[in-house]
Amino acid sequence: MPVYIGKRLLVAIPTLLIISIFVFSLQKLLPGDPILAMAGEERDPAVIEFLRDKYRLNDPVVVQYFYWLGGVLTGDFGISLRTNQPVLELILQKLPVTIQLAVMAMFFAMLIGIPIGILAAVKKNTFIDYVANVLALTGLSIPNFWLGIMLILLISVQLGWLPASGFESIFVDPVRSLQTMVMPAFVLGNALAATLMRHTRSAMIGVLSADYIRTARAKGLSPREVVLSHSFRNALLPVVTLSALLFGELLAGAVLTEQIFTIPGFGKLIVDAVFNRDYAVVQGVVLCTAVGFILMNLIADVLYVLLNPRLRATL
Amino acid sequence: MTTIDQAPPVAAAKRDKSRAWRKMKKNRSALVGAVFVLFFAILAASAPILPIIDPVATSWTAIRKAPSALHWLGTDDLGRDILSRMIWGARASLMAGVFSVAIAVGIGVPFGLVSGYFGGWVDMVISRITEALLAMPFLIMAIALAAFLGPSLMNAMIAIGLSAMPIFVRLTRGQVLAVKTEDYVEGARAVGLNHFEIMTRYILPNVFAPIIVQATLTIATAIIAEASLSFLGLGQQPPSPSWGSMLNVAKNFLSQAPWMAMWPGAAIFLVVIGFNLLGDGLRDALDPREA
Repeated sequence: MPVYIGKRLLVAIPTLLIISIFVFSLQKLLPGDPILAMAGEERDPAVIEFLRDKYRLNDPVVVQYFYWLGGVLTGDFGISLRTNQPVLELILQKLPVTIQLAVMAMFFAMLIGIPIGILAAVKKNTFIDYVANVLALTGLSIPNFWLGIMLILLISVQLGWLPASGFESIFVDPVRSLQTMVMPAFVLGNALAATLMRHTRSAMIGVLSADYIRTARAKGLSPREVVLSHSFRNALLPVVTLSALLFGELLAGAVLTEQIFTIPGFGKLIVDAVFNRDYAVVQGVVLCTAVGFILMNLIADVLYVLLNPRLRATL
Repeated sequence: MTTIDQAPPVAAAKRDKSRAWRKMKKNRSALVGAVFVLFFAILAASAPILPIIDPVATSWTAIRKAPSALHWLGTDDLGRDILSRMIWGARASLMAGVFSVAIAVGIGVPFGLVSGYFGGWVDMVISRITEALLAMPFLIMAIALAAFLGPSLMNAMIAIGLSAMPIFVRLTRGQVLAVKTEDYVEGARAVGLNHFEIMTRYILPNVFAPIIVQATLTIATAIIAEASLSFLGLGQQPPSPSWGSMLNVAKNFLSQAPWMAMWPGAAIFLVVIGFNLLGDGLRDALDPREA
């Protein structure tokens, strides 16, 4: 197994290098000369030359890239223009908030998506299956920022049941934390629930028509045992790996959800950075998200092998 | 063995097309999707000739008015008519969906075609770049690109198109790998056609069905992405109307004017569900395994 993980990590290196080139190139898309903006209104040539030297802008682009990459590899993502904090420090501050949101969203997605998926597969081509498919299609088509706004309107403004915004860490005040995170987590998990439901349904349909299920039925097991003990355990494999992959997407999906519910997380960090023209932060967030995404891919692959005895035997 | 003068791609493509059309007509949910899409497309196209109020005309006497006979869907925080802003906003949304997917297909398909057809180091380079781009979540990449390019509807469309492009590279490459060993491609090669002719006349027509399906489904994603970017202030700029930017303003007036938030979101939902239903229907109709 360690050899397999090592191989997968090696394969990820060229991907990460290409991503780093892309993220570095982003700053070259900026219109105008950033040094002129930094030099102030006087634009003293000596100051401009000093700044060009300081930021190595007189070097060829390739050299600039390697200096930047060297910094990134040692944890130096640059300094935020707005807060003067190191970018990595800012990201590490905000990341736990988004991870809490993503974990809760994943919980909702599994809680809704998997049982409905099983039910739709067991009741294939019936009214229940039809309703489940309509629900999944709705979940995939509804823009989550609109769903968030509508929930705030109904649950916070009209009924006054939950706060419309704010954040409290689960380690400080668990009750308040859950109150503020329930709605955003549901909004973020909604589209995922639809995806999970569709995959659980098709995986279950595949398993339910297998020979060993017919055997299980023939030997007189109850339908409940057939579905839960024999079918679901085997259908679980693609669902678990998919969940790991989707978790990476949750980090990205959090951008809009955090914006609507004013949650000070990773997603809000990138949006605020965009508007403050804090480009080092934008680059840092993009890079970290891509690394997180690749990491989740790796976890999904490892889980797939771990959960599948036939694949495990080949290692 | 099939020979080149039996020209199977063209005849088979025609046969497939009529079978697909028959299947599409029987698929009720795909027809509902097509009706939704057509409705919004007609609305968007006819915006300049419809007898509606100017979408950017403000009125200080009609600020945040509830739906009435004069303003069917109410007015916004600057007294602008929401119905006419919705109709003009449909243009921005549909245009963004179609243009950004055109960019994604226009760049992604040729790269996928070349990658799958030539194989070797060309394939390796294109595949590695595609994998790297796919590792960056769609919306984050679109936000980053839109931020660095500057906020405008055009830049949002470019950002969404570039972010969606790797999906088409990978899809086309996979399809080409399956098709390029077919007898009729071998035949085309044997009669001395050059690579470009083989790719465009023999391979492309036979890999296009899944690309059309993916394009339809990606339009739905692109419309949500444009609305998301406009919602964040990175798409259509005020005062020009767009469903996403209307929602952005509406969220500040939820308790005073809830209708401001209802209609734009409902419109996004309906048009996206339309494209999703249509895409699913096309997949069922064009997938040979369903035949």
